[in-house]
Amino acid sequence: MTATLSKVDRGRAQEARPRPPRRYRMSHVDAKVSPYLFVAPFFVLFGAIGLFPLLYTAYVSLFDWEVGADEPLFIGLENYRTLFDDGQFWNALFNTFSIFLLSSVPQIIVAVVIAALLNANLRARTGWRMGVLLPYVASLVALTIIFGNLFGPQYGLVNDVLGLIGISPIDWQASTFGSHVAIASMVNWRWTGYNALIILAAMQAIPRDVYEAALVDGASALRRFFSITLPMLKPTLIFVIVTSTIGGLQIFTEPKLFEPSGGSGGGSEHQYQTVVLYLYQTAFQGLDLGYASAIAWTLFLVVIGVAVLNFFLTRRAVK
Amino acid sequence: MTKRPSFAIYGILAAFVLGSAFPFYWSFLVASRDNSVLTGDFTLVPGGNFWSNAVRVFDTVPFWKALGNSFIVSGTVTLSVVLLSTLAGFAFAKLRFRGRGVLFLFVVATLAVPTQLGIIPLYMAMAEFGWAGELEAVIVPNLVTAFGVFWMRQYLLDAIPDELVEAARMDGCSLWRTFWHVALPAARPAAAMLGVFTFMQSWNDFLWPLVVLNADNPTLQVALEKLQSGYYVDYSLVLAGTTLATVPVLIVFLVLGRQIVAGVMQGAVKG
Repeated sequence: MTATLSKVDRGRAQEARPRPPRRYRMSHVDAKVSPYLFVAPFFVLFGAIGLFPLLYTAYVSLFDWEVGADEPLFIGLENYRTLFDDGQFWNALFNTFSIFLLSSVPQIIVAVVIAALLNANLRARTGWRMGVLLPYVASLVALTIIFGNLFGPQYGLVNDVLGLIGISPIDWQASTFGSHVAIASMVNWRWTGYNALIILAAMQAIPRDVYEAALVDGASALRRFFSITLPMLKPTLIFVIVTSTIGGLQIFTEPKLFEPSGGSGGGSEHQYQTVVLYLYQTAFQGLDLGYASAIAWTLFLVVIGVAVLNFFLTRRAVK
Repeated sequence: MTKRPSFAIYGILAAFVLGSAFPFYWSFLVASRDNSVLTGDFTLVPGGNFWSNAVRVFDTVPFWKALGNSFIVSGTVTLSVVLLSTLAGFAFAKLRFRGRGVLFLFVVATLAVPTQLGIIPLYMAMAEFGWAGELEAVIVPNLVTAFGVFWMRQYLLDAIPDELVEAARMDGCSLWRTFWHVALPAARPAAAMLGVFTFMQSWNDFLWPLVVLNADNPTLQVALEKLQSGYYVDYSLVLAGTTLATVPVLIVFLVLGRQIVAGVMQGAVKG
């Protein structure tokens, strides 16, 4: 690129001998400087609104820092020590993982099945794909409210239907397991179709002749699915698991709105309070910014830890 | 694989799609009744009270203002993310400069950073700037995404031949003009995809707007939350609100569904 440019510029340079023309110098400066100007907005903005806040959170977490207090008091790792003994935090972490498992495991199984069905030579292909993706686009807040209504303890449709088949009504809000199932079902409902399409894309990338070879060897459809399709989907499945882990560990909207009166405790006994919900409650209702920052950083480390773990699992799986 | 699949496959898929659509219908169903009917047995026939419930929504929360706010926020954020991502993506894909590799590695590394966890200092900053309660507080922290830069770079790597950039340079185009006349037109499909997803994400964002906005100047999601956070939950009122709020998204989905599906299948929104 430099060679071709200078050839042209040499031609131009002959017109105005003693000094290289202004245009050449400008163009030289342009080529040197402009790329930085192009990437600068991202780095400046991301530094200010993404990276700096995260680092500053670590700083705040070392203080007894309450909204409206005169002077934040440096207390070192005291917040983390308190957090370590805080039953409510461990409960929130347990709830987060419990909801995450209840949502990701069935979700991925169903997504694989739906993807396999969508991979057939369907009529109106795009229509089916759009139908499957419908929940993904809808407002999360709206859907959570709708599901909260469906799982209502007294007049909810879910209990009505359970009643029809002779199961007595369940108080979905009151029990730990029940509330986790209800919240996980919101997550599943929203993301299963989305993941099915990602898996479908991976299925379509599997070379045809592998299947043909198996067919010649007399492998049944089920055998082909388990011996070819699933193993070749592994990287994609792990990708789906990683992304849903990172999202799942930060779950907030569903448990926040599952409490009908709009509280942030995650139920009367915090039975479905997640870590981000606890963070929100501590920071913006308890007004204890230092402690909330310690929660945020602990969660950040958990997310990174799980991501790194997933990364190594991915590498082993791909090899 | 050329043979048409059996009815069973269509049946299962149809059941799945019906299940996907049902909560929307349920929301309309409850919204079209009054609460006294709701406590009785359930039927799947809508009642006639939808408009009166909708009017009550407008009386309870500043619905139209919230709708306008959501459009302003999502529109501005989308424009900024698409433009700045294309700019940076073009530089990373097609321009040579010192430190490019390291800087791009940084972009990739930050993909995994959950920026929501920085809400406490962000909140302090917004209070400092006097933006608490204002739309700037929701817009500014969302003006760029690492994913956008990554996505545009991957696309532009193949979408623009190097010769095209060189030719433009030989014709004496400045890099900015090259970006404007070569990169931007070539980026259009990927930019459209990024735009749709950014818009939807911004439209549905809840945690941060809930933190910085108040009931007088909400986005749609915050207004919906305010609808249901009373001591006594009036479900036909609340679900009338959710139904109204869902209509714009459904319209977008019907118009752009094909592109959205294609985007997801290319892994457009990772995380």
